[in-house]
Parts: sequence; C-alpha cells; structure tokens
Amino acid sequence: MITEHPILEFQRGEKVRFFFDGREMEGFEGDPIATALHANGIRVYRETAEFHRPRGFFCAIGKCSSCFMVVDGVPNVRTCITPLKAGMRVETQHGKGNVPEIANEKVSS
Amino acid sequence: MRKLSTDILVIGGGAAGLSAAAEAASAGAGVLVVESDLRLGGQLIKQTHKFFGSKDEYAGTRGFKIADILLDEIKSFKDSVSVLQNTTVTGFYTEDNTFTAMRGEEEFFQINAKKTIVATGAQERLIPFPNNDLPGVYGAGAVQTLMNVYGVLPGRRVLMVGAGNIGLIVSYQLMQAGVEVAAVVEAAPRVGGYWVHAAKIRRMGVPILLRHSIKKAVGNDVVTGAVITALNERFEPVGPERVLDCDIICIAVGLSPTTEILSQAGCRMMYVPQLCGTVAQRDRTMRTSNPDFYTAGDASGIEEASAAMVEGRIAGLSAADALGYPTEHGKIDEYWGRLESLRMGEAGARICQGIECVLVQGWEGVVYV
Repeated sequence: MITEHPILEFQRGEKVRFFFDGREMEGFEGDPIATALHANGIRVYRETAEFHRPRGFFCAIGKCSSCFMVVDGVPNVRTCITPLKAGMRVETQHGKGNVPEIANEKVSS
Repeated sequence: MRKLSTDILVIGGGAAGLSAAAEAASAGAGVLVVESDLRLGGQLIKQTHKFFGSKDEYAGTRGFKIADILLDEIKSFKDSVSVLQNTTVTGFYTEDNTFTAMRGEEEFFQINAKKTIVATGAQERLIPFPNNDLPGVYGAGAVQTLMNVYGVLPGRRVLMVGAGNIGLIVSYQLMQAGVEVAAVVEAAPRVGGYWVHAAKIRRMGVPILLRHSIKKAVGNDVVTGAVITALNERFEPVGPERVLDCDIICIAVGLSPTTEILSQAGCRMMYVPQLCGTVAQRDRTMRTSNPDFYTAGDASGIEEASAAMVEGRIAGLSAADALGYPTEHGKIDEYWGRLESLRMGEAGARICQGIECVLVQGWEGVVYV
C-alpha cells in the first residue's frame, strides 16, 4: 500500500478480514475486491476455460471481464467494481464457473 | 421487476455526466445519475496533475479537486438529483423505451426516462503482442485507479507503452507513488503528448524511446519482463531487441468512445478517426438523431476533461430546455465559445475537424425510426 504520497491522501474504510482461496487476508471495506487482492500481492484472479491462461486485473472499470472471480459462491463477479466486505470468500475462477444449484432453483420456482 | 422513472437520466457520473446533471438540476429538472464505478468522478478522481485550459474549467486545479467541486455542486441539488453508484446500465429497449440496469451483480431493475444523456466515457485500447493477456499487462486507467484512488502500488518497475499525454502523465504519477519507470516506448517518431509532461519525466531519467514498441511480454503466470524493439517507418520491428526487467506493462495507446447505448437507441453513428472511434451525430445542443438522447464527453469523441465538462453542461441545459424547464437564453452560445477556446492549438484543430464531420445543423428530413 502507498502510505505517503506527495499529493494524495487516501480515504480508507474499516480494516476487515477476508479469504482468498481459503487464505485469510486483510483489506479495507468498500475497496474493490480486485485492488484489495492486489495489495496482498495476488496477481492471478482466474484461469481461462479453453487454454487455461492466467488472467488478472486489467481495465478496472467493469468492462473487460479479465478479473472475474467466484465471490461467496457466485461466479463471474466483476471484482474490480465489487466492494469488499468483511468475511468475504473470494476464489480463483477456473473456466466459466458453476452455478448449477442456484440456476436449478430459479428455473423450478 | 422494480422500475425507476426520471425526467433526465444521466448515464455516467464522470466529468461530463456530473456537469450535465448539475446543469439540468439548476434548471429545475429531476435527474438520476447512474454510475458503474463505486465512486463518482470518473477519470477526474485519478488525476493528480493541475489542469490546463481555461479558468472556467478550473485550470490550475488538480483533477481530483475538480471532482470534489462537481460533487459539491451535485450535493447542492440533493432534492432533485439522485445517484446510483455501482450500477451499470446494461441495455436500452426501443420497443418500450426502457433501460435495464444492474446494481452490483445481482440486483436488476428498469429505468424510464423522458430524456437521456449518455456520458459513458471511454475504454482503453489494447495492442496485439504475445502474452498481452498476462496479469501485469494493465491499462493506464487501471494503473491510475490502483495507485491514485485506492493507494495500492501497481508493481515495482513499469514499462509504459505510449507517449501520448496519458502515457506521460501516468509515468510521472507512478514515480510520485514510488514506482520505477524502466522506459516509455512510442511507435511514432514523435512524442504525442505535451512537451512539458515529456520533459518532466525525462528530467527524472526515464528514457522515452521513439520508434520503439513492445514485441512481447515475458512471464509464465505473471509479467516478469518485456521485449522491446525498434521500428522502421512502416512500423515493422527491425531491432535491435532488448529485454527489460519489469513486472508491469502499462498500456497507454489511446481510448475508444463507449457508445453501445447510443447504438441501441438508434442514434445515427459515424466513424470519425479524429474523435478516436464511432460516435453519435449531434447538433449544437448535443442532441442525437434520437430526439430523447444526448451525448457528451469522451462518449461523443475522445478529448480532455475540460471539454467534457462543457459538453456536459450543454447537454444538461438542452435536455432540461426540451422538457420545458426555463433556461437562460444564449447560454449554449456561451458554452460553445468556451469549447472553441479550449480547442485552440494543434490537438484542438484535429478535434475541430472531427466535430465538423459529426455536427449537424438540424434534424429536418431525418426520420427517427
């Protein structure tokens, strides 16, 4: 994290704990998940479906789909514009992600 | 499904959108601003440098301070302006004049608006090279977001691709944040941005390599280096090649206007190279061929934030006027005067050429279907 800057002062939320692939990490509540991961030294956020290429942060405006991850069980979350919350479970996404149970529930109800 | 209704919908809460909202609200209109990001202010909140341009558009003030000024203005209209952040407009359906929107990842709703101002800004361009999908290859805007908005160091050592204003300014900002800049490569034979920005980073010892580009990114899971090469006049790599040690490759090769909503609304679009992409035709009120849609800012052509703010004012004023709210006569001419003075100079001349292509005198004879 940048602690001293010649021009900027950073407004940060409350320090919270979250999990990345089961590992406990710290971040600031309300910051995007992607930037919180980056501050913890994590660069690879998902693996592509066909060629298993690593993907990470790229556009930071919710448009490019590079930073899709599984958050609290939901795949394809745009982590660059999704705010971090205490206790969140963030996981590396492999391929397209799975939502079988949720999808079935919605179809049948 | 929940449905929201508003006089004026402003899509995008950046320099143009906030200015449009403030202007429309000052005429008495109700405004809903929808912003996909977590914070309002668009690119302004990432800008640590002092703006050029004119006093009317806050020349001499740092970008993020200008965002604060606009946000204060918006707050002063809190009874008539509502704002939704972390909300993306996902489509417009002409059949029933309805927008679909998504707040966060799982809350969906619809919006109906009498008039809409599309101030969706721009998106980063990418150039092709092997491994350009590796983590560590980041857009310049994303690098700014990381370090200037959230205070996260993007990396240790950066290769900057592109010596336009963004490449030069972000190089300087990286050094302000304590990151080393290995080099700036630029395919053109000259620096595209202002000399004052180029001189600043050169003084700090960063080589600006003209007629050079990146040949490939190096690394397995993440970027660990880059191969750069010299180019000939036809932009072909001729070497010599060099391997640079870096963990970030920052891409600053230009932006494209974000215009999907305008296309979906049936606005007549036009490819204008000087405006960096496909944009909507518009009249002097920033109205498009769809009488209910206006455009402003980078979505209407890539330019600087100062001009985006003036265009936003024009669009906001015009949309309010079209709904019958009282507006000051002659104000649009005054705003056009400001645009003209902002567009003096070499870069401005190119913008003016582009504007001439897309600007229509009126919509007589144009049938909107």
